[in-house]
Amino acid sequence: MKRLLLVAAAILSITRVDADTTGSDALDATVLRRLKKLDIQPAERCSDAVFVRRVYLDVIGTLPAPEEARKFLLDKNPNKRRALIDRLLEREEYADFWSLKWCDLLRVKAEFPINLWPNAVQAYHRWVRTSIKENLPYDRFVRELLTESGSNFRVPQVNFYRGMQSRKPEDIARTVALTFMGARADKWPEERLQGMTAFFTHLGYKGTQEWKEQVVFFDSVRAAEIAATGTLGRAVCPDGTRVKLSPEQDPRRDFADWLIRPDNPWFAQNIVNRVWSWLFGRGIIHEPDDIRPDNPPRHPEVLKLLQKELVASGYDIKQLFRLILNSATYQRSSIPPTDNPDSEPYFAHYPIRRLEAEVLIDALNEITGTTEQYSSYIPEPFTFIPEDRRTITLADGSITSPFLEMFGRPPRDTGLESERNNTPSDAQRLHLLNSSHIHHKIVDSKKLQKLISSPGKSQRRIATELYLTILSRFPTEKEIATVETYSQGKETKGTKALIDLTWALVNSSEFLYRH
Amino acid sequence: MNTHNDSILQAPITRRAMLRTGLCGSVGVLLADGIHAALPAGTAVKPAKAKSVIQIWMWGGPPHLDTFDPKPEAGYDYCGPFDSPIATNVDGIRINELLPILAQQADKYSIIRSMTHGINGHETAAYMTQTGRKAGGKLVYPSVGAVVSLFKGYDAGFEGLIPPYIVLTRPQGRFSEAGFLGSRYKPFATGGDPARPIFVVEGIALPGVSKERQKARRGLLGDLDALRRERKGDPQLDALSRCEEKAYELILGDAGKVFDLSDEDEVLRDEYGRNTFGQSCLVARRLVEEGMPYVTINYGGWDTHKENFEAMRRKLPQLDAGMGTLLRDLSDRGLLDSTIVWWGGEFGRGPKVDWGSPWNGGRNHYGAVFSSVLAGGGFKGGQVVGASDAKGEQVADRPVYPCDLIGSIYAQLGIDPDGTLPHPQGKTVHITPRADDGYKMAGRLTEIM
Repeated sequence: MKRLLLVAAAILSITRVDADTTGSDALDATVLRRLKKLDIQPAERCSDAVFVRRVYLDVIGTLPAPEEARKFLLDKNPNKRRALIDRLLEREEYADFWSLKWCDLLRVKAEFPINLWPNAVQAYHRWVRTSIKENLPYDRFVRELLTESGSNFRVPQVNFYRGMQSRKPEDIARTVALTFMGARADKWPEERLQGMTAFFTHLGYKGTQEWKEQVVFFDSVRAAEIAATGTLGRAVCPDGTRVKLSPEQDPRRDFADWLIRPDNPWFAQNIVNRVWSWLFGRGIIHEPDDIRPDNPPRHPEVLKLLQKELVASGYDIKQLFRLILNSATYQRSSIPPTDNPDSEPYFAHYPIRRLEAEVLIDALNEITGTTEQYSSYIPEPFTFIPEDRRTITLADGSITSPFLEMFGRPPRDTGLESERNNTPSDAQRLHLLNSSHIHHKIVDSKKLQKLISSPGKSQRRIATELYLTILSRFPTEKEIATVETYSQGKETKGTKALIDLTWALVNSSEFLYRH
Repeated sequence: MNTHNDSILQAPITRRAMLRTGLCGSVGVLLADGIHAALPAGTAVKPAKAKSVIQIWMWGGPPHLDTFDPKPEAGYDYCGPFDSPIATNVDGIRINELLPILAQQADKYSIIRSMTHGINGHETAAYMTQTGRKAGGKLVYPSVGAVVSLFKGYDAGFEGLIPPYIVLTRPQGRFSEAGFLGSRYKPFATGGDPARPIFVVEGIALPGVSKERQKARRGLLGDLDALRRERKGDPQLDALSRCEEKAYELILGDAGKVFDLSDEDEVLRDEYGRNTFGQSCLVARRLVEEGMPYVTINYGGWDTHKENFEAMRRKLPQLDAGMGTLLRDLSDRGLLDSTIVWWGGEFGRGPKVDWGSPWNGGRNHYGAVFSSVLAGGGFKGGQVVGASDAKGEQVADRPVYPCDLIGSIYAQLGIDPDGTLPHPQGKTVHITPRADDGYKMAGRLTEIM
């Protein structure tokens, strides 16, 4: 029986790969229909050089190594984009990068104002990362976060109920609505929030002998007390479904049962819209965590299609990634053919946006072969992160650096997507152009020195290598000529010119932005 | 009632001050990121006694018994080797014997010996002393510097290229944050070290790259930035280019000269102390001279769990020279009347010395009672506010809570402590907490205002 199921699953997964093209094609057709109706001209397909850089950054938060970029650019296989997408989805960095994203949403932070404390942060992050790496179906991921009980060290999922500024039932309900329904309960009718709050009134938290260990549990004593007041039965799901609660059963399960129903409009819509916004920089409904009737989707049919595909795939998030990444819509150039202001919100071109703080510093480290030191002296025990660890692997939002703060890393206080601030600031510009931090990374870099001063290598070859390392593409003849002219300058001869080329490339918008 | 007119009246004064001192840039402002909560209507800046604040932030928590609240009568287990505090130039006020220069300036400052909040964790206590708020609420509140930056900075007509809220030299991290006000009000940390021959302010000066090469680089970047050419008119990239123009005004222009101490008198520099703290005090004076509203000197190393007294012998002479000379110098230049100097850390230190190993004469965190010092900007000097008990363990008289002190500073700056802050979701948030928010408070420091 088991074997039979496995075979069935294997066949299913094969058909899924085929269905995958259909999904992407259907998506593209839907988008194009709407663009045509609105008279918006879509952008061209992006070049391979743009694609390789874009898909690495979007899927694994990491620049392609120069040899990876070169290999991809020279590859003649017509299906090389699809093959690359499949490879990237299996990389360790995929799990790292999306854990970072989820830990932003789940407010994974040891200290004020969340106060998960270090041990629980590590356990929680590890559980999130393992779930992402193993591609735990999304419905199970959410169910576990919502319904588990136990020690925050041993059952890491329970940290969901600890990772918020307030643990009042009403505030728990708000957090659940924001995180899994993409809704801001502040904008709801009062009764809706009250009805949902009833599912979270029976939670108990208690300490143990171990430092900062806390058990999250269904407090049946409290449930009985509430039952005695006669208010127990007032649980109402956000769609108006009344649920009869009994004091013997943990009502979080009732809520999860309601939430994770294939026909629940809130559940699948939230996640497909979020994944879309993570890959495009803006949601089909935007902001992605402000879903409400008066904030309509730009492509309602695309949302529906993605929801259907997600449910059919068994809530397979990687499959959802595949579907979007293989679409022509995702693979369009970032250069709009017209200056129609609707081009971007309707995804007629790929929206440019600045690299996230963590991705940017990792990229600078990778290019220069340098590292950053991360440590936290508060709270005890002191935490030191090994220097070779990448920033996207940091578990704890409390562990930070002036660079990350300056470049708008989210504080993880609220779980709102807008906490991340990618707006350019003067301070950032000054830092990248002229700080000793960035300067020393470049001039003291052994990796770059080896490349720049290798005897016998022509300036053209070195410049080409720098372009592949920093921008993941070959330089144009004109760019080579510019570098050659530059190296004739009085102040900028020899290796100085190549140092300055490195400096200019990391300061270019082509490097700083996803495009 | 505050009126909008007051804030309009306030702006030209700041601008004139900037013009007079030549720090005014030709375009707008540095370090604004475009996202900000503009001043709400009806919030106003009243006529002020003070224009600027220099905050000496004693990160780690300085021992009140070993600085401004000596207790020789409490015995060796409390005062340790510091059993002979010295008289100051104000009758009846004594301070630690290692602070002779500050002793001669006591007529310029008031000591608050009854600060209290009862919090013994660095982080939560620092949050309390920097924001006046308890940690753990739904909102993350802005620090005093960020609030002053809001009311005295860009939105009030400040036009300097160098941002209105500066930290010398290393960032305080989360304790200097703008909270819900947003990144426009965050401080600019200079980095570098003013005690070195050249004070390399992060981003402004870059040794090893000449001005000619800076210009050449800028040209190269322009030639090679393909995306910015192809996406001409893109609002994000245009914003990036505007930031870049301002950055180059600082890199290639003269605004950074305020950090160049080479034109200061050598004797005066010696008096301040040739160390990071002393020279930071001197830079702070130069910054307020140029109209900077808020300067924090982030002075760490006061978390003396172990060997407290050895640490005091090293550190107190530095503190004495830097802060003592700063007060004198500000006064000599007529700047003290308009500049508040605020000294203090997140808490005090345990009055009872821990002589056992491994502490060997250490002092623990202590939030039940501690000291702060205020000078200038309309605050009277030569006064002592409140008192701790005989052993410095509890408040004996006139408690002062952080929100009382912060509210008093705002009042001197012309910022109405009962006014409101712009909240992103439009909630009403008062500048300082109110009794009905569940805060203990004992009133503003009217006795020294």
